[in-house]
Amino acid sequence: MLTKRIIPCLDIKDGRTVKGVNFIGLRDAGDPIELARRYTNEGADELVFLDITATKEKRRTLVKLVEDIAREISIPFTVGGGIKSVDEIEEILKAGADKVSLNSAIVRNPDLITRASDAFGSQAVVAAVDAKKTGSHWEVFVKGGSEPTGLNALEWIKRTQELGAGEILLTSMDRDGTKSGFDLELLAEVNKLITIPVIASGGAGTIQHCCDAIQKGKADAVLAASIFHFREIEIQTLKKRMADAGIPVRFVTEILD
Amino acid sequence: MIGIIKYKAGNLASVENALARLGAEYFVSNNSEELDKADAIIFPGVGHAAAAMDDLRAKDLDVWIKNTKKPVLGICLGMQLLFESSEEGDCKTLGIIPGRLKKFDSSQAKVPHMGWNQFNPLIDHPLITGIGNKQFLYYVHGYYAPTNEFTLASCNYIKDFAAVVAKDNFMGVQFHPEKSGQVGSLLLQNFLNLVYQESEKKASGTV
Repeated sequence: MLTKRIIPCLDIKDGRTVKGVNFIGLRDAGDPIELARRYTNEGADELVFLDITATKEKRRTLVKLVEDIAREISIPFTVGGGIKSVDEIEEILKAGADKVSLNSAIVRNPDLITRASDAFGSQAVVAAVDAKKTGSHWEVFVKGGSEPTGLNALEWIKRTQELGAGEILLTSMDRDGTKSGFDLELLAEVNKLITIPVIASGGAGTIQHCCDAIQKGKADAVLAASIFHFREIEIQTLKKRMADAGIPVRFVTEILD
Repeated sequence: MIGIIKYKAGNLASVENALARLGAEYFVSNNSEELDKADAIIFPGVGHAAAAMDDLRAKDLDVWIKNTKKPVLGICLGMQLLFESSEEGDCKTLGIIPGRLKKFDSSQAKVPHMGWNQFNPLIDHPLITGIGNKQFLYYVHGYYAPTNEFTLASCNYIKDFAAVVAKDNFMGVQFHPEKSGQVGSLLLQNFLNLVYQESEKKASGTV
């Protein structure tokens, strides 16, 4: 049976892992490769690396990091952060990433989704959407959550699927960094609307939050950062409890003789 | 030496890294004369079936693949292209294994089938030695291959489909062994073992 995925997210700044609270006030949480290796051994199903300081000068550093990760890690990983063009996507995928996560650039230029999925397949294109409750609806924010776009998040997400995105990385800005649980209402609405997988992000604080995102929010995968970095929740424990709750998860079983 | 076929739809870095982790020697090429020198072939692939076939035809690799007697391992789209035709771009594929690729019905569940799933072994084969129905492998695909007499293992998502296939010297896996942790490494090692035994047999003149 297809299992629900647990995805640790590593926010990268200057080659180190950091985790912000509501996108500001960053704490250092270690060496990305060391963390990536640890998570893989502990049973992470995928990894996401978000370069939160992606600038032109930093791009070389990121590509080098992606190459190093790809050499070390034998599970799928996604790279995001400031990726703006088909050429940049190609550079990241050629360095060994399996998918790219696109955020601000596709809001500015939605056609990039189509061009990227035509060139590399939709499985390589993750549409990352930062959504914030504004009155009665959710609005899309860009530039690390600092800039409102006026776009209705549900409409935008539907459109990214139509344009060729293979997966949605949905972050609730209201919940991100708060450890108060995922925005289940937002998740459920999005999952009703689209047919591509959705990764729930923003708000993971407890095991129950993760179970709720899948059982109530109907998410296909759960992404979290700080609860894993600081070992507040062990991936193995989380998976065991999810399995107890009736959620299909992957255990790293011994290989048969 | 393993030859990795380089074409538009390749996901080469991951396959190269996986072979390097196993200590296997390999090269990447889109030239049939160079590929003739390989002991075996890995035929990777992600993306669109029709676009991939166009690119293979442009490089005359479609005919070369069909005619080779070397062990070939198709991965993901590489496996799918071993079949006869695909709904994806309504195209003819290599036609080595009978059957047509179909799109998953997205009214039944999320498409693509993306993530870790198991397979159900149906026929013993050295390629899947040590891998049973408990281990997980990483799949990403929106189209699936039908099960038939060449299916070594089936997987279920929405419906049963071919997860591992073999016919003569051709083998294929729908999942990504290069991205499937230790279990995937075991499958690639099985392929290498099979190739090396083959070339040893040839060297000692028993074949």
